[in-house]
Amino acid sequence: MPKVKNPDELKNLRNQLTARAGKKQDDKKHKDPVVIKIAMATCSIASGARDTFNFITAALKKRNIDAIVTRTGCMGYCYAEPTIEITLPGTEPVVFGQVDQTKADEIIEKYLKKGELVDGVIPKNYESPW
Amino acid sequence: MTVKKKHILVCNGTSCQNVAHDEIFNNLKKELQNHGLEESAGLVRTACFGLCEKGPVIEIFPDKVFYVQVKPEDAKEIVEEHIIRGKPVKRLLYNEPETISGKESGEKARFKRKQIRIALRNCGVIDPENIEEYISRYGYEALGRVLDEMTPSDTIRIIKDSGLRGRGGAGFPTGLKWELARNNQNDQKYVVCNADEGDPGAFMDRSILEGDPHSVIEAMAICGYCIGAGKGLVYIRAEYPLAIERLKIAINQAKEFGFLGRNILDSDFHFDIEIRYGAGAFVCGEETALIHSMEGGRGEPTLKPPFPAQSGYLGKPTNVNNVETFANVPVIILKGAKWFSSIGTEKSKGTKVFALAGKINNVGLIEVPMGITLREVIFEIGGGIRNGKKFKAVQTGGPSGGCLTGKHLDLPIDYETLVAAGSMMGSGGMIVMDEDDCMVDFAKFFLDFTVEESCGKCTPCRIGNKRLNELLDKICKGNGAMEDIERLYNLSIVIKDTALCGLGQSSPNPVLATLNHFRNEYEAHIIDKKCPAGVCKALMTYEIVEENCVGCTACARACPVGAITGERKEVHRIDPRLCIKCGACLEKCKFNAVIVN
Repeated sequence: MPKVKNPDELKNLRNQLTARAGKKQDDKKHKDPVVIKIAMATCSIASGARDTFNFITAALKKRNIDAIVTRTGCMGYCYAEPTIEITLPGTEPVVFGQVDQTKADEIIEKYLKKGELVDGVIPKNYESPW
Repeated sequence: MTVKKKHILVCNGTSCQNVAHDEIFNNLKKELQNHGLEESAGLVRTACFGLCEKGPVIEIFPDKVFYVQVKPEDAKEIVEEHIIRGKPVKRLLYNEPETISGKESGEKARFKRKQIRIALRNCGVIDPENIEEYISRYGYEALGRVLDEMTPSDTIRIIKDSGLRGRGGAGFPTGLKWELARNNQNDQKYVVCNADEGDPGAFMDRSILEGDPHSVIEAMAICGYCIGAGKGLVYIRAEYPLAIERLKIAINQAKEFGFLGRNILDSDFHFDIEIRYGAGAFVCGEETALIHSMEGGRGEPTLKPPFPAQSGYLGKPTNVNNVETFANVPVIILKGAKWFSSIGTEKSKGTKVFALAGKINNVGLIEVPMGITLREVIFEIGGGIRNGKKFKAVQTGGPSGGCLTGKHLDLPIDYETLVAAGSMMGSGGMIVMDEDDCMVDFAKFFLDFTVEESCGKCTPCRIGNKRLNELLDKICKGNGAMEDIERLYNLSIVIKDTALCGLGQSSPNPVLATLNHFRNEYEAHIIDKKCPAGVCKALMTYEIVEENCVGCTACARACPVGAITGERKEVHRIDPRLCIKCGACLEKCKFNAVIVN
């Protein structure tokens, strides 16, 4: 990566990056790329987030589902760890709590495949500056 | 396969559960079935919405329509009007009081959330190990703007105007701190990030470093530019391996992209960051002790002045800020001082992150605007007290803080009000206690901590806290005398007045706060030899009620020390000399025959 030289270059880079992310979302021919974020701070990992992460990546591969799986920091819902956030193309992100392997399986089968929510949705409870 | 177009989300938080949750859920289910909608509309239970006072809450997804104070008989109308006809049920809509006007568009009826995430804006949103995700959320643009368009004094002016104060606990104005460091001329200066999060129960700094390390790096560079420092140091405890790993990755990526190093973004500003590890001593969160520890010396505080801004790391002017303070800085630069200062109270601007823990339903990391009341935090965001117990007190500020009680519930939270109420903001640990917690035992817990963590340099803290701890122990064991209350009080005042550093001076706070608010509990321990909450083991006795005991032997089999004797089908007895008060018999007895006095 060449160094970012000035603020304008930085803004261009941001625009490119957001455009790329947007393209990923729009580019839906057969299978929509889904974004799955898994909270993986120390506390999330302690409550089993790594197992959930491994299970989801393996399950998606096995079931031939196209999705981008990334790790992220603490979502703040300690009472419901492990937590994951799923964004289906064209929809608002939805956070699910207490996602162990059974729950992850249910979410993949119902929400990812059919857009059908399952118990344990965590409502967004904050505003942010952007 | 039919795709479910709409979902009805029914809040399953504890508070809503208590108000006819099942009935509402079942009625909705029945209504959906009656109209043959099981295939096209979903019905699920969710976690708490954080709006318990207006519960039960229902959301129609994806319409973003919220219904509050829903009753079981409303199910028919919700299904027929909203799900079938697509028309919101106006009378149940959630409206913020001030937004009730002629319009009731979706936006007006919007759910006004209690939390505002500024410091935590990227936590749980971006991949912390990928700098591109940070950049796509305006990352490093504040640094770019500062280097390109602003002088150091302009930047300091913005931070000053924003009203940002130190989030580590004491609340010193950040802009002023930067200005002091800037005004001290020297060939080398340092920016230090205090990531030595030591308060029991506080984990906001770890979460920020694990979830959004770049925001801290960016802010440190901005601070370096403002005060004229070329070097930044992050002092972090080695107990945070994941935070360290992610911080290292972030520093390397920032160097690769040219946000750290020489001639950052084509300016003539050079800045680099190194990590220094702490061994996890509480006192090293105090800035002078922290600096000594970084220099390789003992982690002991020294008298101020000289302040670190005059003579800090290696004798050079040094600016020390806490992780959360730094995390706020880039947003302030980008969104402006006016925006930031519009949030909060007159003297405390912006938001504060709290680690909400203890006997509360929604344990979690929250970021709320200053001025929010404890009631909103505990009973709405926190979802109330666990198991429907009664709220007793909330502890803020860790071992340096005090406790706030029922009468403080409607107090707006900011630096000044908390201090006036005998507690302090601290780094943001918030531990909620219910009726089962003993306040004398609570004070002792924190004194145990302080005694363990005292660096030993000054006598009041080293010896005074030990004596406080012994007095509390004596009271908890039922050996206290009324004079001990006076002794505790006097000694606390002496320690407060004479200890060397801020930690020593604040260490008697848990004792003073509990003495002020819960003197009756101290007296119960001393005069009646009773622990009202049933926590202090030495003051409890387990007994078997003869009338209730059927002689099932369950308790005798559960007792780990063989203190319970009795033949089958005959009344059992507990030998108080052998009993260790573990409570195993109480748990096992199905006949309410075991009681605790």
